[in-house]
Amino acid sequence: MPMNTQGRPTRIADNIATGGYAETTSGSKGLEQSEALIYERGSVEQCGVDLPEPKGTATRLGGLERKTELGMPGLSEPETMRHYVRLSRKNYAIDLGLYPLGSCTMKHNPRLNEKMARLPGFADVHPMQPASTVQGAYAVIGELAHWLMTLCGMSGVAMSPKAGAHGEFCGMMAIRAKLDADGQTHRRRVLVPESAHGTNPATAVQCGFTVDEIPADETGRVDMEAFKAKLGDDVAGIMLTNPNTCGLFERDIREIADLIHEAGGYFYCDGANFNAIVGRVRPGDLGVDAMHINLHKTFSTPHGGGGPGSGPTVLSDALAPFAPVPYVVLKDKHWELVEHEADAEGQPFGRMAAFHGQMGMFTRALTYMMSHGSDGLKQVAEDAVLNANYIQARLKHVMTPAFDGICMHEALFDDRFLKDTGVTTLDFAKAMIDEGYHPMTMYFPLVVHGAMLIEPTETESKSGLDRFIDTLEALSLAAKAGEVERFQAAPVHAPTKRLDETKAARQPVLRWTAPAAEEPIAAE
Amino acid sequence: MRYLPHTDTDRKAMLEAIGVASIDDLFTDVPEAARLDGLIDLPTKQGELQVERAMAAMSNQNVSASSVPFFVGAGAYKHHIPATVDHLIQRSEFLTAYTPYQPEISQGTLQTLFEFQTQVAQLTGMDVANASMYDGSTACAEAVMMAARVTKRDKAVMAGTVHPHYVEASKTLAKYSSVSIEVTEPELDSLDKVIAAIDENTACVVVQTPDVFGQLHDLREISRVAHEKGALVIAAFTEVVALGLTEAPGAMGADIAVGEGQSIGVGLNFGGPYVGLFACKDDRRFIRQMPGRLAGETVDADGRRGFVLTLSTREQHIRRDKATSNICTNSGLCALAFTIHMTLLGEKGFRQMAQLSHENACALADALDAVEGVDVVNDAFFNEFAVRLPGNAAEIVEKLAKVGVLGGVPASRLYPGQFEDILLVAATEVNTEADIEIFAKALGGVL
Repeated sequence: MPMNTQGRPTRIADNIATGGYAETTSGSKGLEQSEALIYERGSVEQCGVDLPEPKGTATRLGGLERKTELGMPGLSEPETMRHYVRLSRKNYAIDLGLYPLGSCTMKHNPRLNEKMARLPGFADVHPMQPASTVQGAYAVIGELAHWLMTLCGMSGVAMSPKAGAHGEFCGMMAIRAKLDADGQTHRRRVLVPESAHGTNPATAVQCGFTVDEIPADETGRVDMEAFKAKLGDDVAGIMLTNPNTCGLFERDIREIADLIHEAGGYFYCDGANFNAIVGRVRPGDLGVDAMHINLHKTFSTPHGGGGPGSGPTVLSDALAPFAPVPYVVLKDKHWELVEHEADAEGQPFGRMAAFHGQMGMFTRALTYMMSHGSDGLKQVAEDAVLNANYIQARLKHVMTPAFDGICMHEALFDDRFLKDTGVTTLDFAKAMIDEGYHPMTMYFPLVVHGAMLIEPTETESKSGLDRFIDTLEALSLAAKAGEVERFQAAPVHAPTKRLDETKAARQPVLRWTAPAAEEPIAAE
Repeated sequence: MRYLPHTDTDRKAMLEAIGVASIDDLFTDVPEAARLDGLIDLPTKQGELQVERAMAAMSNQNVSASSVPFFVGAGAYKHHIPATVDHLIQRSEFLTAYTPYQPEISQGTLQTLFEFQTQVAQLTGMDVANASMYDGSTACAEAVMMAARVTKRDKAVMAGTVHPHYVEASKTLAKYSSVSIEVTEPELDSLDKVIAAIDENTACVVVQTPDVFGQLHDLREISRVAHEKGALVIAAFTEVVALGLTEAPGAMGADIAVGEGQSIGVGLNFGGPYVGLFACKDDRRFIRQMPGRLAGETVDADGRRGFVLTLSTREQHIRRDKATSNICTNSGLCALAFTIHMTLLGEKGFRQMAQLSHENACALADALDAVEGVDVVNDAFFNEFAVRLPGNAAEIVEKLAKVGVLGGVPASRLYPGQFEDILLVAATEVNTEADIEIFAKALGGVL
């Protein structure tokens, strides 16, 4: 038998086949611990904090004491720690490996940013403290605004949007407010390329516009003839991602900007892909009127499993007066916060959320920018574009790039290389999981069949990219060699096998309920 | 640059593999007129030490909540957060993961979201909750729009005592839609004017309890009237800890409950990021119209339990211009912090924390009421209340700050030109008897 006691080395016995022991009694497998819900682990009597005993003095709740049962279990501190550490180990993460989700910019998250965000002068200050006690916090907002405006070559920036889609909303609201202020109330049609992020059309509609889709040409860019044909005096503007969602720079972008301006509309740029050009190209020089910046993409605030994000939105001279409240201004070396529309110099379109924006993201992003400087940020864009092109160049003999030529910071492949193999883009993605990689963005953009959008970012090393490329090459060859089952069964090495998403949607179970209660809790 | 792994040798080899001579050859699609020659006019790269010094210098200009007697609330509250919470949310696997699009390698995030949704539903007395919104104000705004879709009506009534930022965020979201929002005159002690504003065209009525003045409201009567007229009731809250001691919105007839979860796990952060809570009744009409992400239970190919993002046909990436909301990112890591803190507390700790906050607020109310010229306005409150001062509250708050007390929020900061003698003060379990004594004494001193 293999032994590893008293310094004797482990040896695998020749006569033991490991396959038959795939399942374990506990459900755990070595380092991978199975973990039930807190509702199955804890109890309502358990508590992981020590608080002083309340005095039990008379309450002043006006007879509104809670009578409804809570039923929330607690866990002791060590159990809590273990519960969440165990769960954490079922997650893929950028700190664990390459995370090539196109359009998402999964780059290294420096821990200096985390440390700075936790300084008590930032993390432990209240947004409604008197101005005299938060001058440094206002200064952070002002300083970050300066960096963003300078990097973008734009004269204004709204700092309060809480994520990319919120920033889109901000930019389109500014356009709507400007049009209305100019009496252009007949301009309600917004042009959006078919390849756009879903947030673009959803946002346009939220601002009271209608969406008119523009097709792409054979090079993956805006079809200029189709675009021109759609211009008219009811056009409010265009929402264009640049570099676009096919990972390509819109070569005609200045002409697009000129034409939309001539037609009386405005140019909203989706800044999700700013990482490709930061420090090298200023959106203001391209004719952009408004662009949101995902601090959680380009400026590396962590994605946190789905947020929080932050979406400051730069604005042109024409739109800046319509920026929302609040914003900070420096007067006689003293920072002030303009909180109310009546106190603003321009004509703010309103307030987007409570308080002043995602301060915790501002401190992280500013730390990141100061660390890189203008030279480092330029290098970011260059290495990001270099890495994507390197992947595309080295894989084009086995996979099929959706478009010819160089790309920007993402390499887009279609599924032609899987034709007749029986393997789909989804299967291919799941097989990547077995190989230890997070899959790329799949089936987006919608204009490319079976799309696989790979964004490596600048923080991947050449040797890391080489291993990734070798893996994708091997998978492509395996698919072509007819190893269909390996793909269709994938993943087999992840914490779970493929999950039944159809069942989840058809019979939604959105919360835990006590096993005895068959029926959902009755409504009052 | 320490975050960029390539050496110049790597870059050269990669350019060769691509088949171009220089990096500039990869940017030739950029119009010439927009190509920058040199660097943008900003400082160049710096080491950790230098950046740390610069950031610390700005941090040091601020007065942190823990360093002074602190009674500021009005939508964000200072509570004690156990050390375990911040440690766990900094686990690489949580911190540096994306939205769980690949469920097989995202079960950590998905299971915690499922726990989060259950906790939020229990707290609010609702059936289901989503996986979080940006914050309480945007959750409120989204709820108004959802109610309009569900009822197919265009008029929303908001109580004037709902946090004005929540009202403004809702008005902004509704501004260019068909939904109009009527805000009633703020009344400190009743909901009569709100009830009177509900009619047959009302999609929803939004009330906050405890309201922005800290006053608690019984929602049963307004719910009865609203439901009679076919309107939905949206209960908003800015202090989730209140739900440990006061009646759940779901038990008082609310159809949708929205609010701020920042008190649990998240911290002050100068206003963000926070975590919006969004819960509603289990009604098919409602769930299909909900905004935001939802985690749901399912099974894997071996029949074992697992979790996925579900009902995404409501969302922008599928429905595009017909989506229920444009929301994409939510507040994942803050939701995780919330869930971890809530798990540490459990029902017992949560109720205790609420009780302590309330008792401190009662002690504070007695202490301030005893100051000459100062009157507590509320008859029922949880941990925040309004006091009427014999002078301008904004000026008094500045004077208090000068003597080292952060003594609340002048109501005029939320209602410009109104309530100039009203100060909003909050207490939580972090306040000590000494803090309360210092505050009362300082207030007496500056009046």
